[in-house]
Amino acid sequence: MSVLVDDDTRVVVQGITGGEGKFHAEQMMEYGTNVVAGAVPGKGGQEAAGVPVYDTVHEAVEEENADTSVIFVPPAFAGDAIFEALDSDLDLAVAITEGIPTQDMAKVNKRLSETDTRLVGPNCPGLITPGEAKLGILPGNIFSEGKVGLVSRSGTLTYQVVDNLTNRGIGQTTAIGIGGDPIIGTDFVDALELFENDDETEAIVMCGEIGGEDEEEAAAFIDEHVDTPVAGFIAGRTAPPGKRMGHAGAIVSGSGTGTAESKISALNDAGVPVGDTPEEVADHIEEFLA
Amino acid sequence: MAMKLHEYQAKQVFADAGVPTPSSQLASDVDGVLTAAEEIGYPVAVKAQVQVGGRGKAGGIELVENEEEAREAAESIIGMDLKGYHVGQVLVEEAVDFTDELYVGITMDRGEGKPVAMVSTKGGVNIEEVAEEDPDAIAREHIDPAFGMHPFQARKAVYDAGVDKSVANDVASVLTTLYDLWESRDGSDTEINPLMVTAEDDVIAADAVMNIDEDALFRQPELAEMEEEAASGGDELEQKADEYGFDYVRLEGNVGIIGNGAGLVMTTLDLVDYYGGEPANFLDVGGGAKAARIANALDMVFSDDNVDSVVFNIFGGITRGDEVAKGINEALEQFDEIPKPVVVRLAGTNWEEGMEILNEDLVTVEQTLEDAVERTVAYAEEVNE
Repeated sequence: MSVLVDDDTRVVVQGITGGEGKFHAEQMMEYGTNVVAGAVPGKGGQEAAGVPVYDTVHEAVEEENADTSVIFVPPAFAGDAIFEALDSDLDLAVAITEGIPTQDMAKVNKRLSETDTRLVGPNCPGLITPGEAKLGILPGNIFSEGKVGLVSRSGTLTYQVVDNLTNRGIGQTTAIGIGGDPIIGTDFVDALELFENDDETEAIVMCGEIGGEDEEEAAAFIDEHVDTPVAGFIAGRTAPPGKRMGHAGAIVSGSGTGTAESKISALNDAGVPVGDTPEEVADHIEEFLA
Repeated sequence: MAMKLHEYQAKQVFADAGVPTPSSQLASDVDGVLTAAEEIGYPVAVKAQVQVGGRGKAGGIELVENEEEAREAAESIIGMDLKGYHVGQVLVEEAVDFTDELYVGITMDRGEGKPVAMVSTKGGVNIEEVAEEDPDAIAREHIDPAFGMHPFQARKAVYDAGVDKSVANDVASVLTTLYDLWESRDGSDTEINPLMVTAEDDVIAADAVMNIDEDALFRQPELAEMEEEAASGGDELEQKADEYGFDYVRLEGNVGIIGNGAGLVMTTLDLVDYYGGEPANFLDVGGGAKAARIANALDMVFSDDNVDSVVFNIFGGITRGDEVAKGINEALEQFDEIPKPVVVRLAGTNWEEGMEILNEDLVTVEQTLEDAVERTVAYAEEVNE
């Protein structure tokens, strides 16, 4: 079992004729992902990465029964690409693109409340169910099959923590990178709920960072609704207020909201141990599984 | 990330959209200030044009009554260092007699994923402090970005805030204009604090804040041009980072940090602190960095005099270990003697290829993030013994 993606997932890649889109479509297929089509306006009828390209996502759904989209469209057009995915009756859209204007995402966010399609991202590495399929740009070789669900706002931090787990022989059910932007689709609470309802997931790692209040909301949700043991990590303890740490969302505001202390204490109050180092996170998970 | 306009730039944008602003002139030397003050008529405010909050408290704003005071203010403000920013220009502005100071602003509420309009009768002070100490003093109205702000919402926010009826319509109209600018110009924040109310019941914008979503500058060419002007100032190294296109933040410590991906670089900073060191910077080379970019990153961190040792931590996804190793060699082989010890940890895509290429005479190699950071902190301590 796993969440959101497995070897039955049928993927359309939006932007498959671009450099990134083509490269990662091939990488996904090499990993075992069932990529069935590409969608690029004006490129319908061509072939890319060995699959047919359609002008619209609608056609890819009609002709190839795609149920999931992975979006590698440049930021100026990515908002529109997400709207197209949300209009195409898909189960899931994964937006990898970094740098989408915030107001475009605010409009997407509004549309999300009216549709059944789930969005992961944007500005995220995607998600992976080890041994079955991956959607996005995560390096497949560091993951291994197992019982730990992982959700994270940061790509390379996900790799780091997965590495700490895999080195101890601890595998993963599914790892989800939800992205570092201020406005995202699937958030911590959504991902935690998916893992809580997944029979195979026996422990959860949640990697947050400074900025916003998503981690605090996740802590409240864990307290009420999650029985699966959760271990946390929060990046940005040493970040000074007012300085953005790379991610658009990773900033401690002048008034002190979004601090690491606030997130760590909220998680601790919900019974979630928070590691000082990625290695300590792996320690906690090892104890949970023992 | 937001690009911040200078006050004089934001005021121009607001004035062009019909928001009443005091008459003002920009000046860059004492004579310019005196001429401007003469034309506007005393009293005037002399205001440093740098994009940092709390200019008044830091001595960057003076109210002057006559030529002698104006000269003194100009001499002290122009050229001063204000919280690390060099003051090159001042705005000379008509001093407005007011009876009330309001706050009006539009920002993105990230929790809700929606813009929010805010109005308060407690203007003229730091609004974040008001938000903390007296949250009910700020009326908030969330806006559906698909529709924009309905006129009734502007009125509602103004009434909810308790703004006096005699100016309510004018304040609502300013708020509507602020939202229109926020939307059409890709603002992340548009704000007037204070919006002054005069004895004659006029409203006038005594300050102006306009921050633009950097990710949207491609469709805001006029504002992108203003950025050229606004970019003057700031730390030398931060400017260099801008040229190289790095996400870079300068900090107080002596352990230089280079890595890929915001979350992992932040974690590396935290680990430096955990092992008893102090981070000198945050530097994210981004995804897919090639050798030249890696070399530039090392060059940047080396040129920070505070740095005593450097940790280079790369977990490759789309970044490849062999490119990283090439870049490190390139940067270090130009030195007869390595200026500061460098500790390298490579993992992920092509890390084995990277380890074969890496010249291990020039760097210290560690296998894990924890070991790499601990070693780098130890090197920094040795330098200071």
